[in-house]
Amino acid sequence: MFNHLVKSLRGIGHRVIDRIWRLGCAARFFLQTLVLSGESLRRFGLTIREIYFTGVLSLIIILVSALFVGMVLGLQGYNTLQKYGSSEAIGVLVALSLVRELGPVVTALLFAGRAGTAITAEIGLMRATEQLSAMEMMAVNPIARVVAPRFWAGVISMPLLAALFSMMGVFGGYLVAVPLLGIDEGAFWSQMQANVDFREDIVNGVIKSFVFGIACTIIALFEGYDAPPTAEGVSRATTRTVVNSSLAVLGLDFVLTSFMISV
Amino acid sequence: MTDNIVEINNLSFSYNNRLLHKGINMRFPRGKVVAIMGGSGSGKTTLLRLIGGQLKPSAGEVRVGGKVVHEQDRAGIYQLRRKMGMLFQFGALFTDLSVFDNVAFPMREHTNLPESVIRDLVLLKLNAVGLRGARDLMPSELSGGMARRVALARAVALDPSIIMYDEPFAGLDPISMGVIVNLIRSLNDALGATSIVVTHDVHEAFLFVDYVYFVSAGVVVAEGTPEELRCSEMPFVHQFVHGEADGPVPFHYAAPDYRQDMLRGANV
Amino acid sequence: MDRTTLDLWVGIFVAAGVAALIGLAMKVGNLTSNPIGETYTVTAAFENIGGLKSRAPVKSAGVVVGRVDNIQFDNETFEALVTLKIDKHYNFPKDTFANIYTSGLLGEQYVGLDAGGDEVVLKNGDKITHTQDAVVLEKMISQFLYNKASEGGEKKETETAQ
Repeated sequence: MFNHLVKSLRGIGHRVIDRIWRLGCAARFFLQTLVLSGESLRRFGLTIREIYFTGVLSLIIILVSALFVGMVLGLQGYNTLQKYGSSEAIGVLVALSLVRELGPVVTALLFAGRAGTAITAEIGLMRATEQLSAMEMMAVNPIARVVAPRFWAGVISMPLLAALFSMMGVFGGYLVAVPLLGIDEGAFWSQMQANVDFREDIVNGVIKSFVFGIACTIIALFEGYDAPPTAEGVSRATTRTVVNSSLAVLGLDFVLTSFMISV
Repeated sequence: MTDNIVEINNLSFSYNNRLLHKGINMRFPRGKVVAIMGGSGSGKTTLLRLIGGQLKPSAGEVRVGGKVVHEQDRAGIYQLRRKMGMLFQFGALFTDLSVFDNVAFPMREHTNLPESVIRDLVLLKLNAVGLRGARDLMPSELSGGMARRVALARAVALDPSIIMYDEPFAGLDPISMGVIVNLIRSLNDALGATSIVVTHDVHEAFLFVDYVYFVSAGVVVAEGTPEELRCSEMPFVHQFVHGEADGPVPFHYAAPDYRQDMLRGANV
Repeated sequence: MDRTTLDLWVGIFVAAGVAALIGLAMKVGNLTSNPIGETYTVTAAFENIGGLKSRAPVKSAGVVVGRVDNIQFDNETFEALVTLKIDKHYNFPKDTFANIYTSGLLGEQYVGLDAGGDEVVLKNGDKITHTQDAVVLEKMISQFLYNKASEGGEKKETETAQ
């Protein structure tokens, strides 16, 4: 009985230490990436290539999801606002929820699923097939040559994707509100413009998506870089990328929002 | 002293608390092709990584060109590695680059040569391995033997003075194997380089190497020229060279006594 | 993929993303509807500002002429001290009236400026002396009930007199 307790306590302790150790590894990896970023910024062609894979290839899923999210927001918002006789405020509702929250957050979640998993699987397979070792033996640092360009591509792509998401979402809301529900077009836009603040809403949204870009990309890169070089290891790392990115995005969202509202 | 481009002195290395090498000494003279042989899991590949500075020894040292590898900082190790080329077990070609770009990779990373010169050099290297026509293919479109040859072209892209081969014959058909054997020998002699070949293919290796080290259980058990070893009376070498199933290297993985193991099962 | 097409796609993507950001700022946000460049600051004290918030519009004759910059509580007069930023293009007489209005029955509150007739105009740092407080719904209702009650009382008196 006593032995059993000690054993399970030891198990918990082991797991906690393991987590913290991995967190430390991830932090060190992040720092190394930043320090070794010089080359990826000097030879920007490397980063442009990766922007194509993370940004451009995520466009379709981002735009289609945004359209539907915006349309649903329009429908649901209209239903509720109508009860209070202020259905013109639908533009405000759609725009504020997109710009402040849904744009950055849903984009980051979709990004983790689309681009993050691709990054993890690619880097994990490069490790498994010894491509990273080969690079090291050629006196090329894989963090500078492989990781850093992908990192900057993710960080650059994410705010742009989030902006496109918000814009497309507002357009979806507009499609539902104006032609479908017959809300006055002028009221839709003017109410929106009167209540969406550039500094407090739009800039804060961009800051959020920038932070999410850093978090999602570095998690995906770290999981791939750290994955055991086996098929099972890579597949597990890919799953962990989605889980950890999603948790990180939602947690960071809460922290950032509470900072932004209290200031 | 100076004619040994790589020296391994009294090297020990442990991994996960398991002692993999216990005091290994090896000499790799300039211009020679030297093979390191041993069974699977005897830490042959690890030796190459120690020479390349990817791992640190727990005791002893590896000297490359007179410099102790593990005492170098990152820049120093990179400086040493520029003189090395390595052929990985399955080629380790960059899957997102074409054959041409794979071979051009080290040149683009380490030199400021204009693209036209790089093109000429890449075609020269690809021609040497007979794959000039395959320059636009992607690695996924190559057969195992072709991938190995492209990787070889990439390994010698910067005309290294040390070329390391990690299991260059694994998983190849006899024709491709013959091609690789010829390439290793001819590239070594053409470049005036030193080649270190890690393999367990005795018959292939004995055809072209100058010197052989046999590694088993973390120590060098035998060394010599292929002719000396072929006539060797040492039980291990004899077993290895003639491919016998049982001998000094046991057929069975360490286990309790067979009879007792079975009896114990009956008692449960 | 060909290098040039790749560059092209990334170019399109980045341009579209930047355009979306600008679109958000211009079309969705208030960057265009808030063209107040050069401003001057005036203050006004109110006994009660109701639900007025900073960044609320300042309107005169229905036109937005500025924004509420800052709201503070004056601990000596026990009044709310509201700082207004007004566009340099608009000048108001010294005896301008500042009111707090509500747009619609439940809408947001804003500061309305009713111009007076003074020759001298408000300058940076001036204080508007004529102010009217926000209408507080509870006060209005209790006033209404009080009036009704007193009306009812009078009625009863006349009835008993008859």
